[in-house]
Amino acid sequence: MESKQLVINNISVVYSDVIQVLKGVSLSVEQGQIVSLLGSNGAGKTTTLKAVSGLLKPENGEVTEGSILFDGLPIHNQSPETITRAGIIQVLEGRQPFKYLTIEENLRVGTATRWGKPYRQDLDKVYHYFPALTKRRKTLAGYCSGGEMQMLVIGRALMAHPRLLLLDEPSLGLAPLIVKEIFQIIERINREDGTTIVLVEQNANMALQIATYGYVMENGKIVMEGGAGDLRENPDVKEFYLGMGAAGTAKSYRDVKAYKRRKRWL
Amino acid sequence: MDFFVQLLINGVSIGFLYGLSAMGFVMIFKSSSVLNFAHGEILAFGAFLFLALATWAQLPIALAFVVTLAGAFVLGFVIERIFLRPLIGEPLIQVIMLTVGLAAMFKGGMLLLWGGNLYTYPEFLPEGLGIHWGIVQVPPVYVAAVLIGSLFLLMFGLFFKFSSQGIYMRSVADNQPAALSLGVHVRRVFALSWAIAAMVAGISGIVLGIINGINVHELSSIGLKVFPVVILGGLDSIGGAIIGGLIIGLLETFTGGYLSPSLRDIVPYIALVFILLVKPYGLFGLVEIERV
Repeated sequence: MESKQLVINNISVVYSDVIQVLKGVSLSVEQGQIVSLLGSNGAGKTTTLKAVSGLLKPENGEVTEGSILFDGLPIHNQSPETITRAGIIQVLEGRQPFKYLTIEENLRVGTATRWGKPYRQDLDKVYHYFPALTKRRKTLAGYCSGGEMQMLVIGRALMAHPRLLLLDEPSLGLAPLIVKEIFQIIERINREDGTTIVLVEQNANMALQIATYGYVMENGKIVMEGGAGDLRENPDVKEFYLGMGAAGTAKSYRDVKAYKRRKRWL
Repeated sequence: MDFFVQLLINGVSIGFLYGLSAMGFVMIFKSSSVLNFAHGEILAFGAFLFLALATWAQLPIALAFVVTLAGAFVLGFVIERIFLRPLIGEPLIQVIMLTVGLAAMFKGGMLLLWGGNLYTYPEFLPEGLGIHWGIVQVPPVYVAAVLIGSLFLLMFGLFFKFSSQGIYMRSVADNQPAALSLGVHVRRVFALSWAIAAMVAGISGIVLGIINGINVHELSSIGLKVFPVVILGGLDSIGGAIIGGLIIGLLETFTGGYLSPSLRDIVPYIALVFILLVKPYGLFGLVEIERV
């Protein structure tokens, strides 16, 4: 249990007191690991991340059952101010830069959890990870390209010295080359800073390449888990997330229709 | 010519004050999207607090000024804490109605304490502050208005551009969920923007009190003038608030001087209509950056 940094224990999440989104999700993440969370739209991946980072509250969501432990301390239903200060930073889905702040000002917002401390060195570190941002430091973030924005929001999170980084679909809407670059950087952050990373992805192929462990979610439940290698080889994952037929061949339309019937693990 | 120059100077000084008090209004709107209808009352409160400190408590003027600023700052903080915070997450219209209620409450409280009479501050501005260059005659209080106005504008400008806390405040105005995800203390930012806004309103209250005398009805109705000012400048632009203030101030004094004093309250609104026809977001209002 000791090396488990984050433990989610059988949590249920309900929005607005009526809409149940998570039904007993359990997962655990070891210190320094990259864990990826896969699943189709609406499976509850983002909600799981928000339950950890405390961002459910502003959306009127609540963890009604179960517990979330970070370093052994319960953090469920705490305010985001407390959780971020404990070292958990979530990078929101869909790149949410501060459009009317410059790149550098955006990065400075990342120092909010340790206000008043020097941040020069951290800026240099972020520019070192993302050289593309250096020459645009005085540009309004709203005018940057999608790839730059994604780098910016990851960099901004790094400014907070996170011990656990929650990344929500960093590949969303980006060109394959940029996606590759960003995933390499994510891997480097994990390796060089020792930051634990939970990665929510649609791009299962990319995610399973850098992750060591993976969970598959469906309908608010974890339906499968395993080492990244095992998941990559799993025929069901292959078929539903990696786009290959069970035998490794491209599928005909008939099989695609059959997928709806077959996609039931429980 | 004399008359023109005189009007110009009056217009600019009054405009500066409108701009300054509108700035507080814009600050609250930017960070929390709340239209603060109690702005005029907070402004009047600043003027009366200064009056009380300077005449009844007999504090030295400089000290009274500083204490008034601190008092207004605390008032803003307390208003946010007691009245606004429980309403975070409630529909905006309820929050706005709350500020209307606050306005009535403050106005009633001040009428109770000071009545509807017109007070004046003791003379304290040195005569030497006035400018006398041939035909240009600027009374000390206008010089003081412009000086105080520019000083605080500069200070707030630097604060928002360079200080970390200022940048956090702008980040909340820009994208609140993202600010939350980075651990920005959003409630503290709200409290701080109310406090700063109240302080700025307090400053304008004092200076307007020096110019026009202090009366609850007069001063709180000036609060209503922030509406044409901020709508003209763009609801979410602090620089726009100042420019809007100057335009309204100049329009008012020139209408009062050349056309008729009874028109001075109307012409700014007419100008507002025409400007909004051309620039619907106001002169400096934010046009959404949209990338497709």
